[in-house]
Amino acid sequence: MSTTIDHPHDAHDAHDHHPHGWQRWLFATNHKDIGTLYLWFSFAMLLTGGVLALGIRAELFQPGLQLFKPEFFNQLTTMHGLIMVFGAIMPAFVGFANWMIPLQIGAADMAFARMNNFSFWLLPPAAILLVGSFLVPGGATAAGWTLYAPLSTQMGIGMDMGIFAMHIMGASSIMGSINIVTTILNMRAPGMTLMKMPMFCWTWLITAYLLIAVMPVLAGAITMTLTDRHFGTSFFNAAGGGDPVMYQHIFWFFGHPEVYIMILPAFGIVSQIIPAFARKPLFGYASMVYATSSIAILSFIVWAHHMFSTGMPVTSQLFFMYATMLIAVPTGVKVFNWIATMWRGSMTFETPMLFAVGFLFVFTMGGFTGLILAITPVDIQMQDTYYVVAHFHYVLVAGSLFSLFAGFYYWGPKWTGFMYNESRGKFHFWASLITFNVTFFPMHFLGLAGMPRRYADYAAQFTDFNMIASIGAFGFGLSQVYFLFAVVLPAIRGGEKAADKPWDGAEGLEWTIPSPAPFHTFEVPPTVK
Amino acid sequence: MKHAKRLLMMIAAISGQLVTTSSFAVNDMEGGPAVRQLNFQPPVTAIASDIYQLHTLMMVICVVIFLAVFGVMFYSILKHRKSLGHKAASFHESTTVEIAWTVVPFIIVILMALPATKTVVAMKDTSNADITIKATGMQWKWGYDYIKGEGEGIAYYSALATPRDQIHEGATKGDNYLIEVDNPLVVPVNKKIRIVTTANDVIHAWGVPALGVKQDAIPGFVRDTWFKAEKVGTYRGNCYELCGKEHAFMPIVVNVLSEADYAKWVADKKKGSSAGAEDANKALTLAELNAKGAAVYASNCVACHQDSGKGVPGAFPALDGSKVVNGPKGDQIAMLLNGKNAMPAWKTLSDTEIAAVITYTRNHWSNKAGQNMVQAAEVLAARK
Repeated sequence: MSTTIDHPHDAHDAHDHHPHGWQRWLFATNHKDIGTLYLWFSFAMLLTGGVLALGIRAELFQPGLQLFKPEFFNQLTTMHGLIMVFGAIMPAFVGFANWMIPLQIGAADMAFARMNNFSFWLLPPAAILLVGSFLVPGGATAAGWTLYAPLSTQMGIGMDMGIFAMHIMGASSIMGSINIVTTILNMRAPGMTLMKMPMFCWTWLITAYLLIAVMPVLAGAITMTLTDRHFGTSFFNAAGGGDPVMYQHIFWFFGHPEVYIMILPAFGIVSQIIPAFARKPLFGYASMVYATSSIAILSFIVWAHHMFSTGMPVTSQLFFMYATMLIAVPTGVKVFNWIATMWRGSMTFETPMLFAVGFLFVFTMGGFTGLILAITPVDIQMQDTYYVVAHFHYVLVAGSLFSLFAGFYYWGPKWTGFMYNESRGKFHFWASLITFNVTFFPMHFLGLAGMPRRYADYAAQFTDFNMIASIGAFGFGLSQVYFLFAVVLPAIRGGEKAADKPWDGAEGLEWTIPSPAPFHTFEVPPTVK
Repeated sequence: MKHAKRLLMMIAAISGQLVTTSSFAVNDMEGGPAVRQLNFQPPVTAIASDIYQLHTLMMVICVVIFLAVFGVMFYSILKHRKSLGHKAASFHESTTVEIAWTVVPFIIVILMALPATKTVVAMKDTSNADITIKATGMQWKWGYDYIKGEGEGIAYYSALATPRDQIHEGATKGDNYLIEVDNPLVVPVNKKIRIVTTANDVIHAWGVPALGVKQDAIPGFVRDTWFKAEKVGTYRGNCYELCGKEHAFMPIVVNVLSEADYAKWVADKKKGSSAGAEDANKALTLAELNAKGAAVYASNCVACHQDSGKGVPGAFPALDGSKVVNGPKGDQIAMLLNGKNAMPAWKTLSDTEIAAVITYTRNHWSNKAGQNMVQAAEVLAARK
């Protein structure tokens, strides 16, 4: 879509009239504004989900039930998961997509600007529905974020609120993904072939396809749960001829690609940052594209590794074990490529690079525990224990969340026009890295020793590691409060002015425009050599 | 920055104090987790042993790869720095290298999968069991039915035996806190035991780490697993699938006895049940009913209605001063047999157990019900 504007003067006049005040935000169609909305929303959700986690860790500080009734504790674990997955991580990556994809491909905005507005504004009502479910009789759903049947049938009205919230968030994701695919495939600047596109755009292109494929499957699973609960169906009720395990198949057919949806954009961010701070091109660009695509395709055929103890036939167990172990190969390829990018570069370690390298180190640890969990006999011992909790927090927190922080530090100056305070950024990194490991590393031992997950209380022998984890968790939470007040807010209000390209090794169209990015950019598409 | 450092020091100091002054002088649990345990529980079956070794193999391979890969990365971080004057190279692709680091990990993955395959197949082979026991998960305890082999016909419930004051009121915790039951599963050593799992309500999971078993218990379906314990002893496990509010409070204890001891246990059990302890026609004294009722209450009712009988306002009604408990017997019998809303139907309890617990509630706390005794025969009549 290339337009030549013969009258730049007219275009300038027309755009003097963009709205201000609350209308600017409610009626936003500008990708930068919508990106900002998504990012603030996701950060608020991160803190909300974080408070729930602190409730969990406070109760688990010592054995015995000191603070909460077990039914409320189960609400905390469930809602912590739902809020973090659907409210924090996914919208944050969409926020980055909105801000950066048009800038990186040289487009003036997303393909469907009004649908973009709708995609965002669906989220606050969904969040209110979800978080508000704590206040209804019976409280929020307490069936685990995976909402297995038939336990989900026993839940009160909070469950139905959660189902509707997820439907709304799913619709938002699907619309957002359609927008992203259309934008990337149709609006790249002349000369930017797909194989010249930044890796962040590639990972989002692939992620968007995954979202379109699997969000409807989740919608199916939760709708069947809704009708089982209220309209007399028996999809998951054996007494009526149904099968509870079918819920698990449908859920995890969504659920496994979902976790790749949460990590592929992270890979994209890290693939932008490491070359910038190593002052060296990304090693093996084509390979990285193929590896990401392989991971996405493989993600569709491994879902039942979440179900190894449900009693599937031996052939199925073997198939899913082999397929799951196979994903380690393209993931390993990516790790090697990042390290090869660093190798013999000329590195500096400002905060974005600290988080990117931290990601590489700690995410890979999560990858190894995933490989161990892929081995079915070992998984039988670890299923539903704290080893699994450790594994997915390593890949989601040290993986996804750290990459989001890295992206904030990297692109933040472009958004705000101000450099963040570098020493405070470094402090945020080290505090987060250390407290994260203090929280989650001991959980490997708890899982190996047999401590089950979703337990409000535990055998006294598990006390010491639980205490350490709880202390780490509070430290991690405090580090994020520090991040908000000592890094983010000051960087928005003022500070050292950011150059167009604050990072001398950075490449990409986003660095050819001023910082902060003007309201309208690339109204005339640039030509890419 | 200075304040941040001080804050971190304070956190470190407090945590140090809290960890060292923990009030639990708890010992390792026999057949269960050890204090600060780092690895799997010691295996007592060949399968658990295979799993233990598989995991060790995986750990060794992963640690070696980890050290190699991150050795390279940290070397690079130290040496390839702009501050040391290192100039960036410009290479950015190599097909040979990409193929190498795709093929080699692929081969490593295949090598890991081979021993694992053998164990998967072995774990699935439940044929030719010596004894078959059905484990039924219910909210929130286990039911065991010996359905084939020595001990056939024995059936009982197994519920958490940890006193509630240890859970709710901070009473000093025993070494077996939260993984002790009133009636453990009893099996003989060196015999292949097939465990058939199912459930009455929601999905539970029957798992005992030392035996290397875990199997989901799915309502309306049967699954199975097996184990062959090679050492006499007591082994402990948990429910491993979220099943509602008492998910953490329905543990599993397996007593593995020598063949001779097992035969004796079977004989005792059979004698006990046929001697009419559950004979619905037998009339018990008030004292007997109250004593038995107290035990039934502690195993089944206390989770919701509490030790104090005061329930949880807004959620679970108080029994102390309750109209149902102090009113006509028939209403309370019907309530227990049929349930109501969140209260489950307790049909699965025996007539004597139901009669006893009703009697107990009618004579306990401040209750002095007019009709204060219920016999098993009345409950049996009400079932029709």
